[in-house]
Amino acid sequence: MIYKMPSLGADMESGILAQWKVKEGDTLKKGDVIADIETSKGVIEGEVYEDGTVEKIVAKEGIEYPVGTPLAVIRTEKDDDATIQREIEEAVSALSAPSKKEEVAPQKEEEAGKTESVFKTPASEETPKSAAEELFGAIAKTETEPEKKSEPEAPVRVRATPLAKKRARELGVDLEEVAKKVHGKISAKDVEAFAKEMAQKGSAPKAAKPDAMRMAIAAAMSRSNAEIPHYYLSTPINMTRALEWLRDLNAKRSIRERILPAALLIRAVVKALEAVPELNGFWKDGPVVSHEIHPGIAIARREGGLITPALIDAQEKNLDETMKALTDLIERTRGGKLTSSQMTRQTITITNLGDLGVEKVYGVIYPPQVALVGFGRIMERPWAEGDAIAVRKVVEASIAGDHRATDGRTGALFLSKLDKVLQKPEELL
Amino acid sequence: MTKEEIKKTIVDAIYEIAPEHEGEEIPEKESLQESLEIDSYDFLNLLTALAKKLGVEVPEEDYGKVDTLEHMVDYFAERIK
Repeated sequence: MIYKMPSLGADMESGILAQWKVKEGDTLKKGDVIADIETSKGVIEGEVYEDGTVEKIVAKEGIEYPVGTPLAVIRTEKDDDATIQREIEEAVSALSAPSKKEEVAPQKEEEAGKTESVFKTPASEETPKSAAEELFGAIAKTETEPEKKSEPEAPVRVRATPLAKKRARELGVDLEEVAKKVHGKISAKDVEAFAKEMAQKGSAPKAAKPDAMRMAIAAAMSRSNAEIPHYYLSTPINMTRALEWLRDLNAKRSIRERILPAALLIRAVVKALEAVPELNGFWKDGPVVSHEIHPGIAIARREGGLITPALIDAQEKNLDETMKALTDLIERTRGGKLTSSQMTRQTITITNLGDLGVEKVYGVIYPPQVALVGFGRIMERPWAEGDAIAVRKVVEASIAGDHRATDGRTGALFLSKLDKVLQKPEELL
Repeated sequence: MTKEEIKKTIVDAIYEIAPEHEGEEIPEKESLQESLEIDSYDFLNLLTALAKKLGVEVPEEDYGKVDTLEHMVDYFAERIK
């Protein structure tokens, strides 16, 4: 199997092979990180999707390669010597192709096409780009520097704090200009000082670059609203039992091992999806149900904006593991490295705007996914029990469904199952 | 530890958890989660960091007593011996 420069977003044309995490002869398991790939959005961990052994490493660290370029040959169970031999030849010759360097990003469409035909192997699969991929690709552009020009081996990197990036966007300041004056990491104060200086000189700051992340969300959501006939359902769920149970559980634990209600809700969604799997998957000219559940969790980024990285294989995780995976996702989103599968494999989206105090959320589906689950704030509400009214902790759960893939009945079954699951929290452990 | 020292420890921990607020003045009497736009995950992280620095773990039932910076300083001041 040839390991190629992965596409980590619809508009990612190339990536820098920052560092190999393996050497020839190493054994790899599905999901192992083979290399760190630097995109303009930051460093992403590139994973392998099959078990195997590293047969030959052909790409060099520090070089920028177009998406689809062979980087290494991995021997999987299916590969015999002849296949490996052929793949090594193919990879080596692809890398020594004379036009490679000039074709490094940014490319004209024509050239991009050419690159594809040169580097793509017949085995490569075309999958529809998800909105998430488009979004991640776009974050690439908001984040750091302007488009790289023709020096792939010495890209200009602008190092700036999240707040500095945010201020730069607000003030219409080009971080690259600031970088020329500041040594080391740019702080918000540097950005403000720069903006002030520009104002004093009378040269108004250039119009802010269009916020590419905003534009990508705009594109994905427009596509969603244009293509997906949404239906919306919601129901209040009594969380009193679940929260009491969680409080007792947390009381026995040290602060480091506490479980947040968000993790409990995610775990409950996964359980309910196991009973109503039609909502977990894609629309690709027809409904495709995924048996693996990789919910994309909406997480706010420090510098503004929101992304929905996937909590991989949630169906195999108990409550503690779900909390751990959630912690990992949040930390990676807010400063670490997300992995290539976290960026691209979402099968459904879960959004929880509860921290902001809203009562309920009606979401817009990320194509090609077919559903989005929303939670509002857990609030105290009057609740009828028998013939009495009591004050209970209640969360409004909602589902936005793709009416091509499922009917409202499916959504209703899901919400009803979700409610039942949350009434027996001990089964979520 | 004086109240001033406790306050400084808390503010430094906030800067670490939410670096986008670094150097900003933290309002004394407003809800930390709302005024700093930090979510329940960040808040738990903040309490975890403070447990390490100050040696006091805040149980969940006391979250209401540490909602603002002022309350948080009082809470820890009472419990640090």
